[in-house]
Amino acid sequence: MNNSIQYEKIEKNAKLRKNTVNVFTYIMLTIWAIAVLFPFYWMILTSLKSYSAYSSETVPQFFVTSPAFENYTEAFTSVPLGQYFLNTLIFTLATTAIMLCIVIPAAFAFARMNFKGKNIVFTLILSLMMIPNELVIITNFTTVTNLNMRNTLAGLILPSVMSVFYVYLLKENFSQIPDELYYAAKVDGTSDWKYMWKVMIPICKPTIITITILKVIECWNSYVWPRLITDEQAYYLVSNGIQEIRENGFGRDNIPRMMAAVVVISVPLIVLFVIFRKKIMEGVARGGTKG
Amino acid sequence: MDNQNKKAWLYLLPALIFLAVFMVYPLVDVFIYSFEESYNFASQTYNGVGIYNYSYVLHDAYFLQALKNTFILVAITVPLSTIIALLISLGLSSIKAVRNLFQTIYFLPYVTNTLAVGLVFMILFQKAPQHEGLVNTVINWFGGQSIDFLGGPYWAKMFVLCLYTIWVVMPFKILILTSALASVKQDYYNAAKLDGASNFRIFKKITLPMISPMLFYLIITGFIGAFKAYSDAVALFGLDLNSAEMNTIVGYVYDMLYSDGGGYPSYASAAAIILFVIVLTITCINLIISKKHVHY
Repeated sequence: MNNSIQYEKIEKNAKLRKNTVNVFTYIMLTIWAIAVLFPFYWMILTSLKSYSAYSSETVPQFFVTSPAFENYTEAFTSVPLGQYFLNTLIFTLATTAIMLCIVIPAAFAFARMNFKGKNIVFTLILSLMMIPNELVIITNFTTVTNLNMRNTLAGLILPSVMSVFYVYLLKENFSQIPDELYYAAKVDGTSDWKYMWKVMIPICKPTIITITILKVIECWNSYVWPRLITDEQAYYLVSNGIQEIRENGFGRDNIPRMMAAVVVISVPLIVLFVIFRKKIMEGVARGGTKG
Repeated sequence: MDNQNKKAWLYLLPALIFLAVFMVYPLVDVFIYSFEESYNFASQTYNGVGIYNYSYVLHDAYFLQALKNTFILVAITVPLSTIIALLISLGLSSIKAVRNLFQTIYFLPYVTNTLAVGLVFMILFQKAPQHEGLVNTVINWFGGQSIDFLGGPYWAKMFVLCLYTIWVVMPFKILILTSALASVKQDYYNAAKLDGASNFRIFKKITLPMISPMLFYLIITGFIGAFKAYSDAVALFGLDLNSAEMNTIVGYVYDMLYSDGGGYPSYASAAAIILFVIVLTITCINLIISKKHVHY
């Protein structure tokens, strides 16, 4: 009898402790969630305040009663935001497409073909992964300048194409496909090129989608190289555009309009993220790094 | 065999061309640049070979400022972001309800443009026309004095930079640590609980050793990433980082290469190589330490 009371007490205590720990956990997680979301909230909120309302508020307002959507139209008309967008879109699509065209055959060669010096070349290429961008960007800058490719799309795209890591990632994936499949295809008289297209690429589609998305994110946010290589507004990407707006865009005080531009620039990737949430998070967990 | 040899090289050719032109050649060239003295960008001539560029950079007040800023930034953000990410991931793995929602929210900063969201942080700390800015208003509510975060004392500026850096790097760390925690087998925990081990003991003796490879991976990449900080600073303080006293080593390299004071690829190269040596040293130290402490 006495024993069972003890048990109840112990159980009750344990439950209480577990609940307090749980409450603390949720509080901590919620605080961080707010810390993450608040800048986004503030960005959208500010972008909807009219300039006069914004500049006359004496205390920061957390709500807006009459949203000023004209900030968005003005963001497009007073700076070439549409142009920045188009440039970034072309840059992103072209860079990603060329990257795939280069990386897939290279990964195929390393995974599937036998040739002299394969291991040496592969090791050398892998060792290039350790080279930071800052080291090579200096010469690339001079190369592109000397070729008169400043302020051209080619100058923007070509040095940004290659990613050693994706060759490695894809090669690992290709290597997992059993050899029997290859021999069977060979017996049927399939060429290597056709085998790559019809068998390997479909099987490794998830990895290819992953590297595509990672590259798209990288391109959309790239800032340093475009900044070095473009000084004409007609070739600015969104990052440089936003920097230009910050330095001398709308008359530096028109914060609401600036925020409207920021929202517009942030939306495409967030939409992409919402659609491909699982793929992106898996991909980043497998191979992404950021700054 | 010979045929396959040729074909394989053909498949590799595009990748090799790109690597040769944009990675291998520049890599060699940057060392050459860094030793060519008084290189003239316009005429592409130089006067001699030596270590003058290095000594110039190492005596440049702007570089020393950048070096100091970068080291402070690394020393604050790497440990802090790793610890917070570990706490959050532990919290995440202990709950079931709304876990997915939290994970999705936490990942958002990863897919945003660093420059763009940096502007939001800027206006949070900046003075508005009629008030002191949101953060200062909150400080005033609690009876504190307003601080000029973006144009004022050094530590205030450094605080904002560290805060934004941590905000930016957290998604990656949380993601990696949550998946590392998820891969720890439940059996170990059950066995430990059966033996009556306390939560802290379970964490120290099971969780930490099991996730230590990933934790060290994060610390190593965290160091490398933090040493390369640049665009976060630009987003907060504008392009003229030198006058804001907030330049970083990478910022110094780019300023030397191309900006108002630019056109000195030799100095830029020397600074980039110094950065590379620093990062390499730190990474090696990390690897040596991890050999001792990581359980594979």
